[in-house]
Amino acid sequence: MKQIVAVLTVVAAIVAIWYAACVPMNIKGVLSELERGGAEVQPPTASARRDIGEVRLVLSNSFAIPATWEQKKPRLPSPHQVAIELWETTIGKNITSKRSLVYHGWVTLSATMLGFVIGTGLGILLAVGIVHSRVMDLSVMPWAIVSQTIPIIALAPMIIVVLYSVGVQGIIPKAIISAYLSFFPVVVGMVKGLRSPDAMQLDLLRTYNANTSQGFWKLRLPASMPYLFASLKIGIAASLVGAIVGELPTGAVAGLGARLLAGSYYGQTVQIWSALFAAAILAACLVGLLGLIERAVLKRMGMAQ
Amino acid sequence: MILVFGAVLLWVFGWWLNSRLASGPWADTRMVRFLAPLVFGLTVVGIWEMLVRGLDVPLVILPAPSVIALRFADSMPILWADFVQTIIKGAFSGYVIGCGAAFLMAIAVDRWDFLRLGLLPVGNFVAALPIVGTAPILVMWYGFDWHSKAAVVVVMVFFPMLVNTVAGLREATTMQRDLMETYAATYWQSFVKLRLPAAMPFIFNGLKISTTLALIGAIVAEFFGSPIVGMGFRISTSVGQLSLDMVWAEIVVAALAGTAFYGLVAMIEKAVTFWHPSQRG
Repeated sequence: MKQIVAVLTVVAAIVAIWYAACVPMNIKGVLSELERGGAEVQPPTASARRDIGEVRLVLSNSFAIPATWEQKKPRLPSPHQVAIELWETTIGKNITSKRSLVYHGWVTLSATMLGFVIGTGLGILLAVGIVHSRVMDLSVMPWAIVSQTIPIIALAPMIIVVLYSVGVQGIIPKAIISAYLSFFPVVVGMVKGLRSPDAMQLDLLRTYNANTSQGFWKLRLPASMPYLFASLKIGIAASLVGAIVGELPTGAVAGLGARLLAGSYYGQTVQIWSALFAAAILAACLVGLLGLIERAVLKRMGMAQ
Repeated sequence: MILVFGAVLLWVFGWWLNSRLASGPWADTRMVRFLAPLVFGLTVVGIWEMLVRGLDVPLVILPAPSVIALRFADSMPILWADFVQTIIKGAFSGYVIGCGAAFLMAIAVDRWDFLRLGLLPVGNFVAALPIVGTAPILVMWYGFDWHSKAAVVVVMVFFPMLVNTVAGLREATTMQRDLMETYAATYWQSFVKLRLPAAMPFIFNGLKISTTLALIGAIVAEFFGSPIVGMGFRISTSVGQLSLDMVWAEIVVAALAGTAFYGLVAMIEKAVTFWHPSQRG
């Protein structure tokens, strides 16, 4: 209860700061519009206003404050503008419409999910190989760890263009970027998880005369589950980032990344913010869903705290 | 065709060499731990070179490593200018500002319980979001130069750093805190002498996660607009001109910078948290 109150207070404070920040951010644009509309503003010309600080402009034109929250192309849209845009482009539009965020979100989500499934599948396979083969452990594992320190997302534009030049386009290139972004976190986490049973437990299985595959299915795999879910959560967030970034370099027409890019080209700030929030909600839903699955699985296995 | 066959042979040889190393008498020595990945890496590069030459893969799909190396050596001045613009100016300044701000915020959050209860769930939530998406907004606000890239980096590293530091500051046990109390230590004394050192492993964890995020933020932000210098700019324009050797050269720079940055932080960590079990080996 106390926690909910605290969280709500913090969120309310963020919204309040946001509204307050809108005023100085947008004041210059608003004053120009008002001046063109024939209103009295202080000082009266744009060139005179250019060198004056935003706060002083607000103080001398306090009547303009409400207008800073209603501008059409603001530098910083106010929270309710973003909320209205989000509402209109999700609920208010037919979901097959090109202007519907549900449509764009689905384009990004499908690439994310495909890439995530491929990336985690391969990641788990490689982790199993690393745990069971000393050669692979020695030769591949250091590279998997080093790859975590490299901004591999820089490869994204090249992958898109190269695949395009060999005739592959659409969902596959984005899914490949998503896949390799989620691949390495899963490998590293899963290796840690498969190695988590201690010597005592491994010895116990040896006294049962269990072979390697029994040891894997009955001890290593169950023991790795908490690690697996921790890295899946990191992996799906990375996958989503990969799918969004994968939409940037080719000027894709559909997807949340395309909305961001189009918004930044045409100065449609409200559109950028609503696409950003849509991406955030999508990420939160995906991570939350994995959290629910994690809780159910661990509870079923008797590992829940 | 001979080169393709050679690639297969090289693979077999590399694998054989590593199996010998891994099962040989020196399998647990430092040298093997260093040699095996090196052999693996060299084998992969060798196979890449042979396959590209043997199958005549065009430059616009995959350049051979030797071509990339040549381009790297030829374009040193350009690569250096891009490195300074993106890594030093954009990523590094943003990293310092973002981590510093998160550290100060974490002290405040730790001090007031209400803030911790309220801000920590929000911080955890935000840390999982695709924050690179703020790049177009920040580029719009702060212009095309490195300031906007630094701003993206600040936003990206802030929350992971905050969450880790707050977790670290709670690491000292009640027993240890009580001991400080019996010494009549003030808040700041107990902070500097007990809680801050105890938090160091967590703080460095946050710092290490942030190094990669900083590079990602600085490079991706340049896709949304940049002056005519910078790694993200060079990558996106070179891709447009289909000069993939340049793209790969930039990726090599990014990889080297990322590893060096991470290694630097890890080295400082080793010096600062020498007392921690994970560092004593």
